[in-house]
Amino acid sequence: MVPVSGSDTHRAIDAVWRIESARLIAGVARIVGDVGLAEELAQDALVAALQQWPESGVPDNPGAWLMAIAKRRAIDGLRRRTVLERKQEELGREFEAQQETAGPDIDAAIDDHVGDDLLRLIFTACHPVLSTEARVALTLRLLGGLTTGEIARAFLVPEPTVAQRIVRAKRTLAEARVPFEVPAGAELAARLSSVLEVIYLVFNEGYSATAGDDWMRPALCEDALRLGRILAELLPTEPEVHGLAALMEIQASRTRARVGSSGEPVLLLDQDRARWDHILIRRGLTALERAEALGGALGPYAVQAAIAACHARARTAEETDWARIAALYDALAQLMPSPVVELNRAVALAMAFGPEAGLELVDELTSEPQLSAYHLLPSVRGDLLAKLGRWDEARVEFERAASLTRNTREQKLLLERAAACTTGPPGQ
Amino acid sequence: MRFMVIVKANKDSEAGVLPDEHILTEMGKYNDELVKAGVMLAGEGLHASSKGARVRFSGGTRTVIDGPFTETKELIAGFWLIQVKSKEEAIEWVKRAPMEDTELEIRQVFEAEDFGEALSPELREAEERLRAQAAERHQ
Repeated sequence: MVPVSGSDTHRAIDAVWRIESARLIAGVARIVGDVGLAEELAQDALVAALQQWPESGVPDNPGAWLMAIAKRRAIDGLRRRTVLERKQEELGREFEAQQETAGPDIDAAIDDHVGDDLLRLIFTACHPVLSTEARVALTLRLLGGLTTGEIARAFLVPEPTVAQRIVRAKRTLAEARVPFEVPAGAELAARLSSVLEVIYLVFNEGYSATAGDDWMRPALCEDALRLGRILAELLPTEPEVHGLAALMEIQASRTRARVGSSGEPVLLLDQDRARWDHILIRRGLTALERAEALGGALGPYAVQAAIAACHARARTAEETDWARIAALYDALAQLMPSPVVELNRAVALAMAFGPEAGLELVDELTSEPQLSAYHLLPSVRGDLLAKLGRWDEARVEFERAASLTRNTREQKLLLERAAACTTGPPGQ
Repeated sequence: MRFMVIVKANKDSEAGVLPDEHILTEMGKYNDELVKAGVMLAGEGLHASSKGARVRFSGGTRTVIDGPFTETKELIAGFWLIQVKSKEEAIEWVKRAPMEDTELEIRQVFEAEDFGEALSPELREAEERLRAQAAERHQ
């Protein structure tokens, strides 16, 4: 036992909860088969800790202590519920069998289950029967250990909204009798992509946080990274899991460099690469290598990570391997066809093989209805035309781009470029 | 937030004595736990200070002093870099380290997200757009 004072104990309990809650909920959910009930029981164990630890001190193995309390309550609860008699028999048998086989090593037996239980919890929280918002809230709550209030602050929504989302999600899972299990076979791929989508959504929500925002928003990046890293250890043979981890690590490595001193966004090619986080880059490249080493064609996350890696590897913007980036965008376009991906590919082609190569593709995209109001299309086209000395056409494109953007700073810049086309090439 | 957990040197580490198999196994398990929890960013053990050097700056002159250095307790033998939610969580993880008779020091790393002052409206708008683009890309 570690003796600590009252308020210290509360902070210590909070920290233990951060570390143990997901494993706790997952372990209990395996017994009761219901994540909502499992969370309540885990909370009961937390309450017990809050009552006892200030006097007794934090136990040496707080996780096992909490798990023992929660499991005991789970079994007691099951025994009391006549409706669940059959289940109880089943579980009783499982529990006894576990105790028999495990003997004195019961802790080790429980530990062996931890990975599987966590995976089950992740797949259940991200079950397709739930709306995306519900998946996100439930995942952060059950696996990220975030409180309802923290989730609400991070997503800029009222706390009761999040609370309601979580209650409804748990009810939906119970009503749909979603089994607490890891999907197998063909189902795994589809269900996994739902899990990855939720994690990346959380990451992007944090990544798009602005300076004035509550610190809970950028913290979402760390939550997502942590979930991604956990998942990579739980499913080490799934390349896309490493692909997503790599993508997030590399994107997160630019956090410091993507905002200028007066808070303005700095574009990738203009970023001070010394400010990139090289620990995260190294982690990202390692994760990407793990994805590639598993063989087979790369999935969309791994391809995006590979593109990000091209930038990460280049010591200067000029050293960027644009030909490879263009090829990767080509691969990405096959995996998830989108005119925005095509536009990115056009930029890469222009950087690699000259403005004409890019312009050819951009011209094809001008008839794309999805891009009709997208200011970056005329902006890119204007840039390529200007590089080719086609000033009149370039001016029209810059003006058009300026009329499409609502961002005043960017509008000003585009109009300046349009004006420069009239007066002729800059510096001549 | 990130913390560096600093392992202090002792007589053994300074003598270049490698940890025995039992300690190595325990340490491996602990590191594994940190990795599985998504907490560990990096961690390394350091050679004895006899293999190191110091560069002393005094005005314009630089003096190189080769190891070993005598004040063992002030020396470090290794570190972890961990990413956690709070100092308390860092402490909780460190308490689980399989150490005996030593001291681990926990120091917070300066964070990247010391963003500037509140953003201008147009910048907020730019970020909104970036967000929309990111969403679009994943349609």
